[in-house]
Amino acid sequence: MANERIKARKIRVLPGFKLTLGFTLFYLGLIVLIPLAAVFWKATSLTWPQFWHTITMPTAMASYRLTFGASLLAALVNAFFGLIVAWVLVRYNFFGKKIIDALVDLPFALPTAVAGITLATLYSKNGWIGHWLEPLGIKVANTQIGIFIALTFIGLPFIVRTVQPILEDLDPELEEAASSLGANRWQVFWRVIFPMLTPALLTGFALAFARALGEYGSVIFIAGNIPMKTQITPVIIMGELDMFDYGKATAIAVVMLVFSFVLLLTINVLQWWTNRYNTNNLA
Amino acid sequence: MKTLFNLVLLAAFALSANAKEIKLLNVSYDPTRELYVEYNAAFAKYWKAKTGDDVTVSQSHGGSGKQAQAVINGLEADVVTLALAYDIDAISQQARLLPADWQKRLPNDSTPYTSTIVFLVRKGNPKNIKDWDDVIRKDVSVVVANPKTSGGARWAYLAAYAYALEKNNHDDTAARSFITKLYKNVPVLDSGARGSTVTFAKNGIGDVLLAWENEAHLALKEFGADKFEIVTPSLSILAEPPVAVVDKNAKRHHTTEVATEYLKYLYSDEGQEIAANNFYRPRNEAIAAKYASNFTQLRLVTLESEFGSWANAQQTHFADGGVFDQIYQPQN
Repeated sequence: MANERIKARKIRVLPGFKLTLGFTLFYLGLIVLIPLAAVFWKATSLTWPQFWHTITMPTAMASYRLTFGASLLAALVNAFFGLIVAWVLVRYNFFGKKIIDALVDLPFALPTAVAGITLATLYSKNGWIGHWLEPLGIKVANTQIGIFIALTFIGLPFIVRTVQPILEDLDPELEEAASSLGANRWQVFWRVIFPMLTPALLTGFALAFARALGEYGSVIFIAGNIPMKTQITPVIIMGELDMFDYGKATAIAVVMLVFSFVLLLTINVLQWWTNRYNTNNLA
Repeated sequence: MKTLFNLVLLAAFALSANAKEIKLLNVSYDPTRELYVEYNAAFAKYWKAKTGDDVTVSQSHGGSGKQAQAVINGLEADVVTLALAYDIDAISQQARLLPADWQKRLPNDSTPYTSTIVFLVRKGNPKNIKDWDDVIRKDVSVVVANPKTSGGARWAYLAAYAYALEKNNHDDTAARSFITKLYKNVPVLDSGARGSTVTFAKNGIGDVLLAWENEAHLALKEFGADKFEIVTPSLSILAEPPVAVVDKNAKRHHTTEVATEYLKYLYSDEGQEIAANNFYRPRNEAIAAKYASNFTQLRLVTLESEFGSWANAQQTHFADGGVFDQIYQPQN
């Protein structure tokens, strides 16, 4: 009981709940809601049949499948390999570790266009990597594989940086305890470590996924941008803008927004659920 | 102390009254960078000699449609020099920054220089590409930008279409099948002309690049004449990139006079020579004759004769669900 009271007092370092909530709403409104509301408002310049026709154009439909599919795949691959990277960086000491640690953040800092041009040059048929792959019949530049690679590149830091602090806080004694109770290595990972990492992994996954959905700069250089095949949704939006069709551009943007929001919400709920499951189990 | 301060202030005013510092912003499209670097220096010299004022012209380059959008959204351009009239029409219609009849204000429909679409092929022309019929061959890979986003690519599309119409007695179905075959040969659709040049020249993709004539010459200069050569087709389109003063912006900046003179000087002998030197076809016939070796003769058709107007071409070919979109729809 006394413990709880201390906790409650500790939370109130910042001035009053009402003030902070008010500030939060104002800030979110200014930075996020107003621009997004403008998108919705602009889309209303279309009539309902026009809106429906625009968002269901065959080129648009193909682009949703590609954008969401490639983003999902890239985020999944990153979740797997990002976890390994984070694990190595936390659990082992080796020469050059600091440098590798810094390298992970590079995709954050690099202008996406630079990343795109670099990848396109590397993977084109006379590029460093491309000229080895081409004879094997593997084409990367200007195919869907290229898009996937670009999205994987930009998404990696999100997983590593969300999982890393959790791994650092993870007490090795828990693993030792599990081993001494007879769990094999797989069981230790799967039953002890993994459940504790899941919320962070989900957050990282959601961030990488969301980032990939909105990515434009790096993808256009390596995608080829052929309608129905390698054209991502942001390119379609840019195309509409270039033809001065703001209504149609925002209509497609609204589809992206709604889908992304629903997906992120789902992941958030999932994360909340795993979190609750964990705390209940540990308590 | 106060008098000294006043004196300094007075001197400053006097100086500024003597030689005015004028700033102009020219918002242009992708391949005109080199042209306007040279032209701006020439105009500044001319203006200084004529009025004693210093004029600095800043340049902004990008895809023609994007540049027009930027002006609509408030980029303070005094003049626009874009790839096609449609983009300046949009500035007039959507932001009302200049009157609808802007194209009548300067000679030659406000296009001081013209260009066309030619082929850039790899040295020795290994695929033996001579004319448009070779471009649609199954074994040929073609690089061109997306006509929805690039002005140059729109001219290239219309050039190919005009050729197909000509060849098939203006049969629309045959022309559509021609243009479909052409775009089936395109592995990369960049969003702008420069992007396509890089894809072709740097990344080594494709056998032929459909390019602005001036861009093709520039590529020879930049990447070496030992790597590429230019092939001129039998027929192409007369591409007319127009120029205009953005009235409302110029008025607000008090630059209407100098902006107008800036564009008019493009028609002067010096302006025309600079254009010819940068591989834009000059309007002035005497200068065109002088630089005849820069430009291969070929049949050039106009947009108006083949497609009526930009609005028309846009509606039929590039709007959503238009001919270009149908190329990529699954065939029933």
